[in-house]
Amino acid sequence: MRKLSLVGVAGLFLFSLSACSSSSETTDTTVAVETASYPVTVGDLTLESQPMRIVSLSPSATEMLYAIGAGAQVVAVDDYSNYPAEAAALGTMLSGFEPNVEAIAGFTPDLVVIAYDPSNLVEQLNALSIPVFIASAAVSIDNVYEQIEQFGVLTGHAAESLQLSSQLQTDIEAAVAGITLPAEPLSYYHELDNTLFSVTSNTFIGQVYALFGLRNIADNVEAGNDYPQLSAEVIVSADPDLIFLADTKCCNETAETVAARDGWGLLKAVTNNHIVELDDDVASRWGPRVIDFVVAIRDAIALVTAG
Amino acid sequence: MQLPWLQQASYQRRFVILSQDVNKSAREVDHQFWWFALSGLLLLGAMITGFMIGPAGPTWWRIPLELLNRLPLISVDSGVSASDWNIVWQIRAPRVVLAVIVGSTLSISGASYQGVFRNPLIDPYLLGVAAGAGLGATAVFSFRDSPTSTWIIDPLPLVAFLGAVIAVMITYFIGTAFNEGRSSVSLVLAGVAVTSLATAIQTFILQRNNDVIRQVYSWILGRLSSATWGDVRLVLPYVVASTVVLLLHRRLLDVMRVGDDEALALGVNVRRVRLVVVLAATLGTASVVAVSGLIGFVGIIVPHAVRLLAGASYRRVLPLSVLLGAAFLVAADIPSRVLANPAETPIGVVTAFFGAPFFLLLLRTRQTSQ
Repeated sequence: MRKLSLVGVAGLFLFSLSACSSSSETTDTTVAVETASYPVTVGDLTLESQPMRIVSLSPSATEMLYAIGAGAQVVAVDDYSNYPAEAAALGTMLSGFEPNVEAIAGFTPDLVVIAYDPSNLVEQLNALSIPVFIASAAVSIDNVYEQIEQFGVLTGHAAESLQLSSQLQTDIEAAVAGITLPAEPLSYYHELDNTLFSVTSNTFIGQVYALFGLRNIADNVEAGNDYPQLSAEVIVSADPDLIFLADTKCCNETAETVAARDGWGLLKAVTNNHIVELDDDVASRWGPRVIDFVVAIRDAIALVTAG
Repeated sequence: MQLPWLQQASYQRRFVILSQDVNKSAREVDHQFWWFALSGLLLLGAMITGFMIGPAGPTWWRIPLELLNRLPLISVDSGVSASDWNIVWQIRAPRVVLAVIVGSTLSISGASYQGVFRNPLIDPYLLGVAAGAGLGATAVFSFRDSPTSTWIIDPLPLVAFLGAVIAVMITYFIGTAFNEGRSSVSLVLAGVAVTSLATAIQTFILQRNNDVIRQVYSWILGRLSSATWGDVRLVLPYVVASTVVLLLHRRLLDVMRVGDDEALALGVNVRRVRLVVVLAATLGTASVVAVSGLIGFVGIIVPHAVRLLAGASYRRVLPLSVLLGAAFLVAADIPSRVLANPAETPIGVVTAFFGAPFFLLLLRTRQTSQ
């Protein structure tokens, strides 16, 4: 129940999640609404004034920025930032993996947000006096709340970010509380791509499943590797109750293509049709849409326990 | 290791080489000055163009004016704002300078390796430099706890450099340990084996840490986009030392073109020359690989283009490779930063895409004219 006390219950019904992710809400938010006092400091980064020209090279950060009402301050995003629609509509197509520093500097940003530094990017941007905030991949769900609040402080939307993070927390807790889990924990297989790469419970994705006490068949397959490539034999012999496909967009996998794989036809999840087709982006980003991921898992469990 | 067919072929070749040189040498001396002047001008032109073109920054024609303005005793009003100049000087300039360093080093190293091994197919990555550096880089990406952790120095170039040097040392000691005579062939074979071993370890590590595949992949493709003045300062001493040592060996490399036994008979300490040249070329290559990744094609094609244009004597091939290798990479970096704007096109793609057709054209025209 972290941070919940900070906001008060009143904010919760005023600010539903569907509203915060809808496009009209964010564009209405004028930047001057809040009177944030600068300078602000988050971690090592101090901003002297409110950033009005933000460049985001992280799809998760882009989703957070728009969700807390800082979308109007975003001038450019990377080519993977396809959500929300306004971010994609910027059409700026910068690259977070092969960043072109000159092209970034061409937007004259006053804040650049990245998920990781591929090589010297921070040093190069700092040489141009452009501040950089690194919002590393979340390793826990608490990291998501924390990053949303950090973006709130940096962009001058602290109150909205607190509302969003506590709303998110409430919604996730409600989703978990609203379902009766079977006595024997269900097992699952989370597929990252069609070469059978998966995740363990140590990852952010694995922790979302762990909220529901699911048992991950990829755990302890390969010590020390949190993104193991499973062999089909391991998956078939583990015979998981649920199969989650996070490769529906990248690799066009569906329940049908999985059922058609050699040797997979007799799996429990296939014969009972307990294969869940996830949105790759929702199931890999640590942004405000993590609730959609949580709800998809809850619905899948409900399907198993009902059948 | 005895390979009779190889020996036979090289005997036939070395007399051809010698007779060619005698016929050509008088004519080529006259041309020598013009080749150096032309190459120098090409490099200068490529560098100025490199300064002028990019996805952001001031209008292109203002930049030469501002460069003049920055020279002592000259004052020109270029109309370039301080922030625009900052982009040129802090982002573009280190790229251009690093391209000069990397291009010249890979070319002269490639030419020198080809010289000491008398093998035209050798590139500077052959003795394990590429695989050793790649293994080092993969290890750094995989095992550093967090990509943003604050190290005193960036471990990536250091470990890549160490990986490259260690791989070549293993190659050298295994390749020369067991046979005194034919060390050049066994060195090359040892290099192939060490490369395979290092690549296998790298693939194994990568398979277990596949969250860093993208980073390792883009490192392997090579890039100049992350160049900073810090990178330039980091590699400059090693590269200068390596280039000077190699240039000093240009006459000895000419002698070694006739073969180990003949060079020995002419009083050349073949083993020592080979060791020094390999060490110097490896030092240079490992340094530039550490900051720019594996930029392919330059080290094998530039020396051959120079040979086709200006003749095979190392007195010309080595210095011209420095100038033209630098010019080629500076020129190749321009499309690399504007083609896919606002993303980057990997430099290795550009060098091969524009370099290969040019080289084929050169090969064709020179063959028909001879």
